[in-house]
Amino acid sequence: MTGAKALWATLANHGISTVFGYPGGAIMPVYDALTFYPEVRHVLTRHEQGAAHAAEGWAKATGEIGVCMATSGPGATNLVTGLADAMLDSVPLLAITGNVARHLMGTDAFQEADITGITLPITKHNYVVREVEDLPRIVAEAIRIARSGRPGPVLVDIPKDIQLAPFHGEIPTPHARPEISAPSTESIERARSLLLGAKKPVMMVGGGALDAAAEITALARAWDIPVITTLMGLGAFPSSDPLWLGMPGMHGSVAANRAISEADVLLGIGLRFDDRVTGRVNGFAPNASIIHVELDAAEIGKIIRTHVPVRGDAKVAAAMLTQGAQKILTPEWKATLAEWTSRTVTPETWGAGYAVKAVTERLSEHDILSSDVGQHQMLAAQLARFERPRRWINSGGLGTMGFGFPAAIGAAMAEPGVRSVVIAGDGGFQMTAQELATLKMYDIRNVKICIINNSFLGMVRQWQEMFHEKRYSEVWLGDSNPDFVKLADAYDVPGYRATSAEELPAAIDAWLNDPKSALLEVVVPHEHGVFPMVPAGAALYELIETEPGRTPDLSDAMEHAAEEANKA
Amino acid sequence: MTNAQDQLLSLLVRDEPRVLTRITALFGRRGYNIKSLSVGTTEHPGVSRMTIVVHGDRGVVEQAIKQLEKLHDVVKIIDHSLEKFVDRELVLVKVAITPESRVEVRQIAEDFRSRIVDVGRHALTFEVTGDEGKLTAFIEQMRPFGILETMRTGRIALTRGSNADVPSHVYHEGETEALKPVMEGVEAREERARGVPNLF
Ligand SMILES: Cc1ncc(C[n+]2csc(CCOP(=O)(O)OP(=O)(O)O)c2C)c(N)n1
Repeated sequence: MTGAKALWATLANHGISTVFGYPGGAIMPVYDALTFYPEVRHVLTRHEQGAAHAAEGWAKATGEIGVCMATSGPGATNLVTGLADAMLDSVPLLAITGNVARHLMGTDAFQEADITGITLPITKHNYVVREVEDLPRIVAEAIRIARSGRPGPVLVDIPKDIQLAPFHGEIPTPHARPEISAPSTESIERARSLLLGAKKPVMMVGGGALDAAAEITALARAWDIPVITTLMGLGAFPSSDPLWLGMPGMHGSVAANRAISEADVLLGIGLRFDDRVTGRVNGFAPNASIIHVELDAAEIGKIIRTHVPVRGDAKVAAAMLTQGAQKILTPEWKATLAEWTSRTVTPETWGAGYAVKAVTERLSEHDILSSDVGQHQMLAAQLARFERPRRWINSGGLGTMGFGFPAAIGAAMAEPGVRSVVIAGDGGFQMTAQELATLKMYDIRNVKICIINNSFLGMVRQWQEMFHEKRYSEVWLGDSNPDFVKLADAYDVPGYRATSAEELPAAIDAWLNDPKSALLEVVVPHEHGVFPMVPAGAALYELIETEPGRTPDLSDAMEHAAEEANKA
Repeated sequence: MTNAQDQLLSLLVRDEPRVLTRITALFGRRGYNIKSLSVGTTEHPGVSRMTIVVHGDRGVVEQAIKQLEKLHDVVKIIDHSLEKFVDRELVLVKVAITPESRVEVRQIAEDFRSRIVDVGRHALTFEVTGDEGKLTAFIEQMRPFGILETMRTGRIALTRGSNADVPSHVYHEGETEALKPVMEGVEAREERARGVPNLF
């Protein structure tokens, strides 16, 4: 057996069924050995970035590790964006890269890049395999590290001569799943006593709590605590529950942002207080005592001062906190929240929001909804309904344009029986549009692409409109956009188009009912914004509720934000 | 920075490629200020020991510790602010001499129990070990004569008493046991660091 075969055998032993990748000189022995392992399916994407995001989509939908693979040098560096994305969103990912033979490493050889050096800050851990005997052990360890604790990406770099070297050792079996760590009973007791005294409690749930959705829901209902879910946490608590207040932060709901600003106790679970969530930190939850339940100790107290740190698994912590619950929702707090919740934005006029709402309304709670990055992403987060965890896939931490479509492919391949819908902008879709070929090659039938075409890099345009006096610098795409329906057609993917509210319902039906993967282009007005919005550098309570022009007193907040923008 | 001071950490790390890069990169990326860093092998094969002097307030150091704990290569972290410790540093100081100053310079060196490690016509090189205060005092005493060069090793430290720091099974499968007590202390440390009053 060669090192390359040992690699596949180890992956197969760990239940890895699918690897997304792209071959090249320095990983050819691995691709050669692949032909002997039919139990592992390799998916050839059209760019290594596509492979990384597809593996992420797989992981985000299933909670299981995603695997991607690339050759040395340019192949490996093309994985970088996906690794950074997985790092910030805590996605369990294994990246395998080939490298030049050991004696060439460090000599600037053809297609050599120091990929472990390059990815040092954006991986949870990384390895160069230096002896073939170590290869399977390292791969097994990499899988364990990627999955354990706070998950993340791990890269294993394998020099070509090691792939070819004879291997005589044993192929390892998977490590036992590490025990889930329980928080101390004292910290839970302190959290409980704080909650018992609360008059205006609110719970805030992040992506670290997705696998604790059942426990979170039980906890919230037992205490009657209103729930806010972050962009990454959407789905950890059902949107249909009256206790749900929406998403917090820059494009969060009025109810969520106001509730945080007024709360006296904030129970945060599985989140890291990203600045897009907190707004100006010293204006975040100014009246609240904060309980922070988090597995990663380094996140406790990193951004926000914590009154009761609870270190441990969200599932266990939520279950512990549910015991001895008492209903604490006061009529006053309930009434205040109800007033805020009524202030939701429902896009009545034709535009991106209208289209996103019309599309997401047609989806079932079993469908997987992915998004790319931009206005359409925030609109989807605001307008779609999330009843279950792991049905909402997007790039939260890195905000990676080009993420949505390949991630939707990965999710679709992980769950072939499930509809995998992606909403993308005309800008971001073009960053990984070549993956249409992947749909065609593998005859993937459950991906539905919706492009919201506003002819602009919409999100950037919105900032320019608000904070740069409408100087629309380098954000106009309209003249150069392809005919998206024709583009899809070139890959044998059926395309549909709607350009008005009247055309939309029929187009959506045709698109969703098409037995194949299909693309829907929705052409919308150019200059629509996403609101509510908390300008960068402002506090959550300084949110702008509706599109300027329709409300009178925004000048202060906008001026403040413009100053901040100029400072940056 | 408020309340910034030097804080001493010892790290036991797996002796593997890039460990030093990983640790310094972590400090660099997060903007923690390393004042000195000394690395050496330990009595256990495969385990190196680092002493790091971090300059910052307690909050910064607590965060640095928590970030370091996440590194797979880091086996154990000893925060010397929590325990009694001994620390030493070694400095080589090359002092200019003249026929007139020679005796006086030697006398000062003797007072500091310093050894002469090199004798030149116009300079003497001294080796001094001790804590930071002693080294600084020595350099200050020599300064009027003309210091030509100095090189300091950076501080190294060990906890006092007979506790052994190195865990027996650094390379065993699974999470290292050695990290456990450190991680478990996080909640308590957090409170100390933030001065959070006990709610009971
Ligand atoms: C790779 C990458 N480059 C640049 C950005 C900055 N950026 C954020 S949103 C955005 C505009 C996105 O435009 P589009 O894809 O058309 O979506 P829209 O906002 O119009 O819905 C840009 C350029 C980014 N997030 N990612």
